[in-house]
Amino acid sequence: MSTTKKIAGAALVAALGVGTLSACGGGDTKDKPAGASDAPKSKTITLVSHDSFNVTDTVLKEFEQQSGYTVKVLKSGDAGAALNQEILTKGSPRGDVFFGVDNTLLSRALDNGIFTPYQAKGLDQVKPEFVLDQQHRVTPVDSGDICVNYDKAYFADKKIAPPQTLDDLTKPEYKNLLVTENAATSSPGLGFLLASVGKYGEDGWKDYWSKLKANGVEVVDGWEQAYNERFSGSAGGKKAKGDRPLVVSYASSPPVEVLYGEPQPAEAPTGVATGTCFRQVEFAGLLKGAKNEEGGKTLIDFLVSKKFQEDMPLQMFVNPVVKDAKLPEVFTKHGVVVEKPETVAPDAIAKNRDQWVKAWSSLVVK
Amino acid sequence: MAVPLAFFGLFFAYPVAAIVGRGLKTDEGWQFGRVGEVLARPDIAGVLWFTTWQAFASTVLTLLIALPGAYVFARFDFPGKQPLRALVTVPFVLPTVVVGSAFLALVGRGGLLDELWGVRLDTTVWAILLAHVFFNYAVVVRTVGGLWAQLDPRQEEAARVLGAGRFAAWRRVTLPALGPAVAAASLMVFLFTFTSFGVVQILGGPAYSTLEVEVYRQTAQLLDLPTAAVLTMVQFAAVGLILAVHARTVRRRETALRLVDPAHTAHRPRGWAQWSLLGGVLLTVALLIVAPLAVLVERSFDAPGGYGLGFYRALQDAGSGGGTFLVPPLEAIWNSLQYALAATAIALFVGGLAAAALTRRGGSLVRGFDALLMLPLGVSAVTVGFGFLITLDEPPLDLRTSWILVPLAQALVGVPFVVRTMLPVLRAVDGRLREAAAVLGASPLRAWREVDLPLVRRALLIAAGFAFAVSLGEFGATVFIARPDHPTLPVAVARLLGRAGEMNYGQAMALSTILMLVCAVSLLLLERLRPATTSGEF
Repeated sequence: MSTTKKIAGAALVAALGVGTLSACGGGDTKDKPAGASDAPKSKTITLVSHDSFNVTDTVLKEFEQQSGYTVKVLKSGDAGAALNQEILTKGSPRGDVFFGVDNTLLSRALDNGIFTPYQAKGLDQVKPEFVLDQQHRVTPVDSGDICVNYDKAYFADKKIAPPQTLDDLTKPEYKNLLVTENAATSSPGLGFLLASVGKYGEDGWKDYWSKLKANGVEVVDGWEQAYNERFSGSAGGKKAKGDRPLVVSYASSPPVEVLYGEPQPAEAPTGVATGTCFRQVEFAGLLKGAKNEEGGKTLIDFLVSKKFQEDMPLQMFVNPVVKDAKLPEVFTKHGVVVEKPETVAPDAIAKNRDQWVKAWSSLVVK
Repeated sequence: MAVPLAFFGLFFAYPVAAIVGRGLKTDEGWQFGRVGEVLARPDIAGVLWFTTWQAFASTVLTLLIALPGAYVFARFDFPGKQPLRALVTVPFVLPTVVVGSAFLALVGRGGLLDELWGVRLDTTVWAILLAHVFFNYAVVVRTVGGLWAQLDPRQEEAARVLGAGRFAAWRRVTLPALGPAVAAASLMVFLFTFTSFGVVQILGGPAYSTLEVEVYRQTAQLLDLPTAAVLTMVQFAAVGLILAVHARTVRRRETALRLVDPAHTAHRPRGWAQWSLLGGVLLTVALLIVAPLAVLVERSFDAPGGYGLGFYRALQDAGSGGGTFLVPPLEAIWNSLQYALAATAIALFVGGLAAAALTRRGGSLVRGFDALLMLPLGVSAVTVGFGFLITLDEPPLDLRTSWILVPLAQALVGVPFVVRTMLPVLRAVDGRLREAAAVLGASPLRAWREVDLPLVRRALLIAAGFAFAVSLGEFGATVFIARPDHPTLPVAVARLLGRAGEMNYGQAMALSTILMLVCAVSLLLLERLRPATTSGEF
């Protein structure tokens, strides 16, 4: 792009900016310092994340007061889209820290080299099984289990026991009951595929899915459709007259149903089949080319601090990764502990993910 | 002309070219061989085939269902006609996240069709086609009906006096006059359905995919930029072709039609045939358009412990039981309005200048520019959004984290509407009026204020309304850049739907209803401002 065009563009933006500011009233003026990021020493840390990132306001405020930094959060789409945007802007990132790459996509982030290694203060408190990158390009922040959820009322009415394991799902009594997500576009969908790979191995998972397909598994595009439209056990699904009592969701979904019930029910309306789970771990990393590297490091320390770790469950419905973090009561009472989740080695996922998803698509979707 | 050109160059052509280039250019230079490679893949061929035939089928179905509606709205007077015409336009600007769910309640399991006749369409391609009719009904009613209302009915009567039968008179007189408008409407519907995203993603499931959906999957999910680049270019070529045909038909239409005031062509229906036609159209509108919208409203009031405003009240809290947002969801309304206002201001500024430039000059170059301004309607939001990311990354144009990117992206979609609405009116302003004012001593500014402004004011307001409504409902580009402390209404709805729990779901429905209401109110205001003599292109 020529210089003249750039100058013309800048002038245009300035002109448009003036016009729109007046149209907006004073509402957005507090954002203006954010644009002026080349101030001599930046006091702003920008965290880039996906749509599900959340933190309690007071917890964040407390960190800002103690550290002297201001935190700006930028959410950009779902987990896959957010990571891909970071890869595209490699070297000229929009922020200092990226949070939200999980173990299924970790290799894509590491192969593209978007992170600067940093060993967080407090990493010794993190349970060692979650530290998947020994070079510390990424720091584990939370973990969650992708599991089949069931509609308790349906199985009580029909007087059949809900399924517990992956094998159960292929039995005739559960025919036409399960809805899952597209493994190519949805992270729970991919997680469930990986659960089958973990259980039946790289040779056996296709067989398993042939049986699931013969047993009437339904595939929809995303979690919203599966959980809010098709699943008979969720609040949305009840209104939408969903007729599938089994859905691929999270182990934390039952506590969420309790928490957002009005009034809160004494018991969760849904349960978790603990033998169907895949464990997801989410990481944060310092972005290469970050404008505020020092601030970014401080923020990563904060993400594994006990304060943030104990706030997380009720904000993002995931589990802490540090040893002594306490879970909120709604989790201990209505959640389940998944003793033996299926896992697949990150290297194996890195090597085979795309090929598995392709094989899965042609086997199940087409 | 310089400002609109710079705007489109900087915020559309450059980002799109850059992201396409990123996909096709490697260290060894351009890889045009990939075009052939990608197109030869059977799955891509399948996507191309599905995209094309579903667009054809949707267009035919929309015409079949909406043409009687166009006739009724053009020729009959009946109570509630104006609000109803605003209502059928609401779907056109609603985000598909919301409507998909309502539509499933109609044609899905346990839906109206299921309960009445045991018919379920949610697993078939019929759900997609019907949803496309739902979204595009207004395009036909407004484009064809707008012209139909201004055709002089006496011409058809004259033909009948001369001995032609009712049908022959219609076929020989009215149909040829309407032909170009029908063609233009069909092409618009074809364009919108060819680039369909949300409808196909939500109702089609993983088995069906259009080019637009595939571009999104390849870019946002798989990061397969070469494939995405090829698909974007294919879509570009197709949309360019559609627009070229569209431009030709519109030009033909602009000739040789004598139009009359629509107020004199409409009358109360007479006889059983006309009454049953009106009844049939109203029934279609009720089933196809009002019913899905009503389902949303019903669900938003269906709070625990009986119908009421429970979900609406919950919208005021930032942290009901944990805090889904850093701000109360209700604030999303205010954010949406601000963004939409800013986007409207930009769209009016850029689109107004473009329309003025197009009025003053002729020639094929200008006509090409006219078509160019329509291109953003046919290019996927994810392409533009990702293009922004890799191009607008250096000062003074590091806008990637700036709030202004949202209204800029929304304005891209608004500008074509502004140009379409303003152009016919601006062309109709008689230059001699301006000259007369100048002769009488008015300054150029005064002449503009006294001559042009009063004539253009209504068109300007209509254009503003369209741009505003489109910005309000825009989701695809906004979701990538909306800041968490400033979510817009569609983004807030999507986030609420992304969580389990009754309160989240109910609040999503309540927010959708509010969005619908804001759209409907701005469209009703438009109806009131609608000048009697323009034939509105949308």
